Amino acid sequence: MSNTVHDMGGMHGFGPVEPEANEPPFHAEWEGRVLAMQRAMGAAGLWTIDGGRASLEMLPPVEYLRSSYYRRWFLGLERRLLAHGLVAEDELAAGRSLRPGRALNRRLTLADVAKPPTRGNFARPAAAPARFKPGDTVRTRNINPPTHTRLPRYARSKTGTVEAVRGCHVFPDTAAIDAGENPQWLYTVVFAATELWGEAAEPGLTVSIEAFEPYLEPA
Amino acid sequence: MAAEDHSAHDHHHHDQHGSELSEMQARVRALETILSEKGYVDPAALDRIIETYETEVGPHNGARIVARAWVDPEFRARLLADGSGAANSLGHVSPVGSHLIAVENTPEQHNLVVCTLCSCYPWEVLGLPPVWYKSAAFRSRAVIDPRSVLADFGVALPAETKIRVWDSTAETRFLVVPMRPEGTQGWSEERLAALVTRDSMVGTGLVTAP
Repeated sequence: MSNTVHDMGGMHGFGPVEPEANEPPFHAEWEGRVLAMQRAMGAAGLWTIDGGRASLEMLPPVEYLRSSYYRRWFLGLERRLLAHGLVAEDELAAGRSLRPGRALNRRLTLADVAKPPTRGNFARPAAAPARFKPGDTVRTRNINPPTHTRLPRYARSKTGTVEAVRGCHVFPDTAAIDAGENPQWLYTVVFAATELWGEAAEPGLTVSIEAFEPYLEPA
Repeated sequence: MAAEDHSAHDHHHHDQHGSELSEMQARVRALETILSEKGYVDPAALDRIIETYETEVGPHNGARIVARAWVDPEFRARLLADGSGAANSLGHVSPVGSHLIAVENTPEQHNLVVCTLCSCYPWEVLGLPPVWYKSAAFRSRAVIDPRSVLADFGVALPAETKIRVWDSTAETRFLVVPMRPEGTQGWSEERLAALVTRDSMVGTGLVTAP
């Protein structure tokens, strides 16, 4: 879902940022287990990284806001495991497996994780030349899809400047809903804060987003 | 590991985590039991994944990249042109995936990185994101009032320094190259790397010499 509480840019009322001195990697043992299970089940290839993000955005807004990061991850993972039939509700209630597992395409082994992971490459061959080039003035579209998008609300219907072309990448809006990678050109588009927030914005402040070509039109 | 990040902000906010603890510990244990009984996960592999993030992947990797950029103008130019390629040319830094973009602070421009939509963060060079980076307070305010966010970190920039905020809305990842502090001429790369904090590579801190 696109227009829900995960899209926080520009919201008020969340209070001060509270850095923690000497913060540990995990604040409880279960947080690390969630991270590891997320990575292990992700390796099975049943969902995309965008589908994973979308599953967090579909949490009820109150649940999303009151949950810590790893609790959100856990709730999203549970949802995906249930949706793909990998576990069943009665098993979650019982706390144990009640029937044999499905065959997975890939099961992460100790050998697979001996070294730190390297992120995937999201660049793909382009079907057409890039429509925009650095220096072009563009306007973001006013889109409000009920499904996943990476165009934040604060940057819709805004005029900005293309600063860089980042290559042609997997398009999250379709990858999240199993509608294919549908590769699209990706741009860094920079906006004056006054365009985003009005005349009272800090002079000289600029904000950029990474914008896929379908989010943009010439201005 | 990078030096102490927040000596001026030594407070802890664990209430949210504390209230979740027993419930989450039980639910997570139950899920892991189910997944391992079904043969989907190998608990030893899970242990190793956790160990990786606790001991190997962290801001020391980013700090080495920054320190090299400070002492080697040719590397600095390559880093700013191709972050992933330059980072991967340093053998002592763990491999960095594609799409790493390095952005350099100057007296004219200060860079700040955020992910307003989730919590995208350059894990390979900075490790796991801190809780504040994933917080609603940071994600909401960084793009509209970054100077007040910096104030929460005890950072006050000169009025003439313009702020540029990078919202990580795709799979590109951003590493801020902070300004090298005065008084560090002739320092070794290793000594410089020890000064570079995690926060300075996100843009919520500055590097200072002792």
